[in-house]
Amino acid sequence: MQAFLDIFDIYLLEAVINGILLGGVLALLALGLNLIFGVIDVTWICYAELVMIGMYAMYFMVQYYGLSYFIAAPFTILLVALLGALLHYLVIAPLLTAPPINQLLATGGVLFVLQSFATVAFGIDFRNLGIRLPVLAFGDMNFSYARLLSFLAALVGMVAVYLFMTRTFTGTAIRAISQDRQIMALMGVDTKRMYIITSALGGGLAGLAACLLVLQYDVHPFVGLSFGPITFLICVLGGLGNFIGGFIAAFVFAEIISLGGLFSDLEWGYVLAFAFFIVMMFIRPAGLLARRR
Amino acid sequence: MLEVSGLVKRFGGFKAVNNVSFRVDQGEILGLIGPNGSGKSTIFNMLSGTLPPTSGSILFAGHEIAGLAPHRIINRGIGRTFQIPRPFRKLTIFENVALAGFYGQGRHSRVKAEEAAERALAMVGLPTDRHASVDGLGAAGLKKLELAKALATAPKLLLADESLGGLDEAEMDQAAEMLRKIRDELGITIIWVEHIMGVLMRVVDRVMVLDHGEKISEGLPSAVASDPRVIEVYLGTDAETTQAAAAEARRRAGV
Repeated sequence: MQAFLDIFDIYLLEAVINGILLGGVLALLALGLNLIFGVIDVTWICYAELVMIGMYAMYFMVQYYGLSYFIAAPFTILLVALLGALLHYLVIAPLLTAPPINQLLATGGVLFVLQSFATVAFGIDFRNLGIRLPVLAFGDMNFSYARLLSFLAALVGMVAVYLFMTRTFTGTAIRAISQDRQIMALMGVDTKRMYIITSALGGGLAGLAACLLVLQYDVHPFVGLSFGPITFLICVLGGLGNFIGGFIAAFVFAEIISLGGLFSDLEWGYVLAFAFFIVMMFIRPAGLLARRR
Repeated sequence: MLEVSGLVKRFGGFKAVNNVSFRVDQGEILGLIGPNGSGKSTIFNMLSGTLPPTSGSILFAGHEIAGLAPHRIINRGIGRTFQIPRPFRKLTIFENVALAGFYGQGRHSRVKAEEAAERALAMVGLPTDRHASVDGLGAAGLKKLELAKALATAPKLLLADESLGGLDEAEMDQAAEMLRKIRDELGITIIWVEHIMGVLMRVVDRVMVLDHGEKISEGLPSAVASDPRVIEVYLGTDAETTQAAAAEARRRAGV
């Protein structure tokens, strides 16, 4: 009995830590989506598909052109940032004053365009970087090096965004603009430019997430489906547009998935996470951190 | 400095502003009065670029600015305050003003922006403390913040929109004095839109009166206040104020 408990505790601790590591990347994804929603008031349904394109970019640069991972990564971030700006310019900007459902449908359309484009262009094969990162053994616990790296990089990315948002005037304007677009323009701010910058930033975060996820997952045209929905749930649970709420919700979800997976299969972890989400929507419909009315 | 001619704004079949022309000279304070819905705010919106005019011309310092985007007009030197203060509540007082300084001056310099913010806050009498929150401000404080934001953009012309609504008597006098001080010390030309005639009449150099989108009177405060068309417009709605203002203006003119 005692021996069983010892082993159980070790596994539990391992699962908790793995949950934290998973939470880092989920928090990064949620931050990108929240940024777009919080500032532009638009939901990019196709956010995870931008990540998918970024993963393909990593795959081709590393596997096909033989670039090193650390050289390919900045290019990927830049590429997806451009893609984000382009998405805003071509799809969102003309619909900025349209009803939200139109914006939602338009970005939903982009989701299918990107998925279909990837299917036609790259085929439906599962591809991977061919990089096998070692597993770190820490006492009796095992951690994937890829997860640890992702967690740290996601953390650095989030801190960089935080500093940008609080220490620069551009970031200050971006934080405030959603409250009153008209006044922002009358303070001399070119609001169109702010939106392009925000979209590029959101895209850049998707690009960074792509660089990290490609270490752990195979790329295929529908890979976005494996983390797109959960990113949305995290954002909604944290309160759409609420950066801190999204950050906390990411770790709550990651722990539920990780601990749920410990007791049974990983899929049950997801079932628990979604069930938790449904219950929370009844208890706190406006998000974890929402003030009670 | 500002030359407006034949300004028209139509909303569907409704003419909110109908063929209004006026000019503002360097260093002047022009009062713009009129009942609700007379087109004052529409004129301000066109001057600041929030609404494009249907037709007409707005020459500012010799350049046509009608229809330019708001941020371009601000960068040319037209600042604006709002009737209802609209501060960014997520930002501190200082951030609100410094942001206006950063983008409004068109130079995008952090040092210049922070200097402008400190000067503007000191001018209107708000704390220059960087962490003070907007939530601590009352009605008068929020009006001052509006003014500081506009001043931080280093305007040559200030559009002050009904600066005194919601203030008590003493605060009103203070605010009117503030506008005069801004003109005298900073050399900023001002157009002041107001419901309340009394205080305005004491400070402005000239007044223009609008009714139903048309200019019905323009001139020295004393002359405008005794103009029968103006009295007719204000009778019934605001007669007492008008008469008080007229008496006040006559008293001043008689000196």
